[in-house]
Amino acid sequence: MRVRSVRTIDSVIVGGGHAGLAMSRCLSDRSIEHVILERAEVANSWKTERWESLRLLTPNWQSRLPGYRYEGNDPDGYRAVPELIEFLDRYARLISAPVRTQTTVTAISRAYDGYLVKTDQGEWRCRTVVIASGACNIAAVPSCATAVPAAVRTLTPMQYRSPQQLEAGGVLVVGASATGIQLADEIHRSGRPVTLCVGDHIRAPRLYRGKDIQWWMDITGLFDQRYDQVEDITRARQLPSMQLVGTPERLTLDLNTLSSIGIKLVGRLAGVRDGIAQFSGSLRNQCALADLKMDRLLDSFDLWALDHGLDGQIGLPIRLPPTAIEESPRLELNLASGEIKTIIWTSGYRPDYSWLHVPVLDRKGRIRHDGGVAESPGMYVLGLPFLRRRKSAFIDGAADDANDLSGHLVHYLKRVDPPHRLAPAC
Amino acid sequence: MSISERQVNNGVNVQALLDARKALSDAPEAAKFQWRASCKWINGTHSHSTVRNFFGLGGEQKHRTEFSFDADHPEIFASEDKGPTPVEYVLIGLTSCLTAGIAAVAQNRGIQLRSVAATIEGSMDMQGILGIDQDVRNGFDGIKVKYQIDADATPNEIKALVAQSQKRSAVFDIITNPTAVSVEVN
Repeated sequence: MRVRSVRTIDSVIVGGGHAGLAMSRCLSDRSIEHVILERAEVANSWKTERWESLRLLTPNWQSRLPGYRYEGNDPDGYRAVPELIEFLDRYARLISAPVRTQTTVTAISRAYDGYLVKTDQGEWRCRTVVIASGACNIAAVPSCATAVPAAVRTLTPMQYRSPQQLEAGGVLVVGASATGIQLADEIHRSGRPVTLCVGDHIRAPRLYRGKDIQWWMDITGLFDQRYDQVEDITRARQLPSMQLVGTPERLTLDLNTLSSIGIKLVGRLAGVRDGIAQFSGSLRNQCALADLKMDRLLDSFDLWALDHGLDGQIGLPIRLPPTAIEESPRLELNLASGEIKTIIWTSGYRPDYSWLHVPVLDRKGRIRHDGGVAESPGMYVLGLPFLRRRKSAFIDGAADDANDLSGHLVHYLKRVDPPHRLAPAC
Repeated sequence: MSISERQVNNGVNVQALLDARKALSDAPEAAKFQWRASCKWINGTHSHSTVRNFFGLGGEQKHRTEFSFDADHPEIFASEDKGPTPVEYVLIGLTSCLTAGIAAVAQNRGIQLRSVAATIEGSMDMQGILGIDQDVRNGFDGIKVKYQIDADATPNEIKALVAQSQKRSAVFDIITNPTAVSVEVN
């Protein structure tokens, strides 16, 4: 058996996605020796864990990484996944990112004055570690999934590729945020009737007054809102994604659109008892909350436009019709009746920290951190929802966060003593 | 003057609620509560219930005084009508929970309430509980609540109060989502 040496380096970045690459660029600018450990290849999740029709929810111009931006001729379009992969691959080459591909981190633990990073390709010792392994490693599947009758096939969005993969017949899509509404739409259009479970969600038009909703979020400063400026950061970090889709036609895809093509809306999946799926009676209120929240968001945009003299130069303010709910939405659905052949869990994602053997996780399994500075000295985390700013989980949010955190990291390295020599590995 | 600068008093000590929220998020065990009631059969469909003790904040707690409630059925069911029906208690539970929530949310949002009144209707097909048609459920087939609210706020702000109150209401959750119930006899 080959004995692998332990290598020592200032910083290890876990994950070669947009966040890890942005951090790499910032560390290079600050002359910090580092390595990116990537379990497969750059942009691996995008290559292997996304469905075929997916396009980014942000327009092309809005993917500014440190020293890099979109320069094509369709700034308002939305990248399909192959274009995104190409975009990130090109960035990795441009910044000469020190990526070790096909290197899976198996354990990180505290050691001496820093961390010991074990991988399937040997070990690294480092004083600082940057966790940029993503916010969406595992699909959140509700506990009632175990009670689903065996005849019904269940899939996570990571396993889903296209409607053709599904048996003919009804599909229950559980969760109505960006993933859920997109899958519901394409599956229903493929001739498989969809029932969509709707819990907490955030409704938004694709375009407002002729401008992309993400343009508004950016220009009004909402995306730059800091984590220490919001009233309840825990809640803000748990907000679901906006109900959006990126299409060449720049269409709005909301619950009214889905109802109009025949998708049945039901409440949140509350449980499965004796093979019967039970839906919450809160559907009407969930929709009322989302409608009111959207109107408040649009009100704030209108106010901003007025203050900045944009009225008359852009489209007129409009309000979308309230979400229509049928008089008595279904409360139950017998999963054993054959009506539903497939269930897709689109109820959210969470990170996987099963390899992180550092006591830095809270009781919900989240890394305890202050704006990305983890509670374990020398550890940083990037690319999570509202990490430092509302835009933190977006590609466009990585630059500011990586800049701030790389600055912190440099100061940290200056403060701590030089590394002790490791005993030779045996 | 912005909303938050207004002097608002709905009789809700929001600071105490916010302090409790903070304390209980730091000490999740103290957040485990248990609510209790006792019920005694009197005669026919008439029963008498009391509430006094509950558990919370890591220990036994009690109401300032014991509260008691009679439940019965109306005379058209050949009962003596010594109190509201149990299903009416459910309606009372829902509106009183939502109304308390509206006051708390309004206080937190700096909205002065002048009056809040609700009517609630739960419709029910008696063919269910009488066992006439097994496709008909025993419970309500729908509940409608109507609020009349006079407050220092825009119509959308008032709608948002009512929506947020539903989102945070225990009884709304109890009614709209299934709950496992175990009933033992000894």
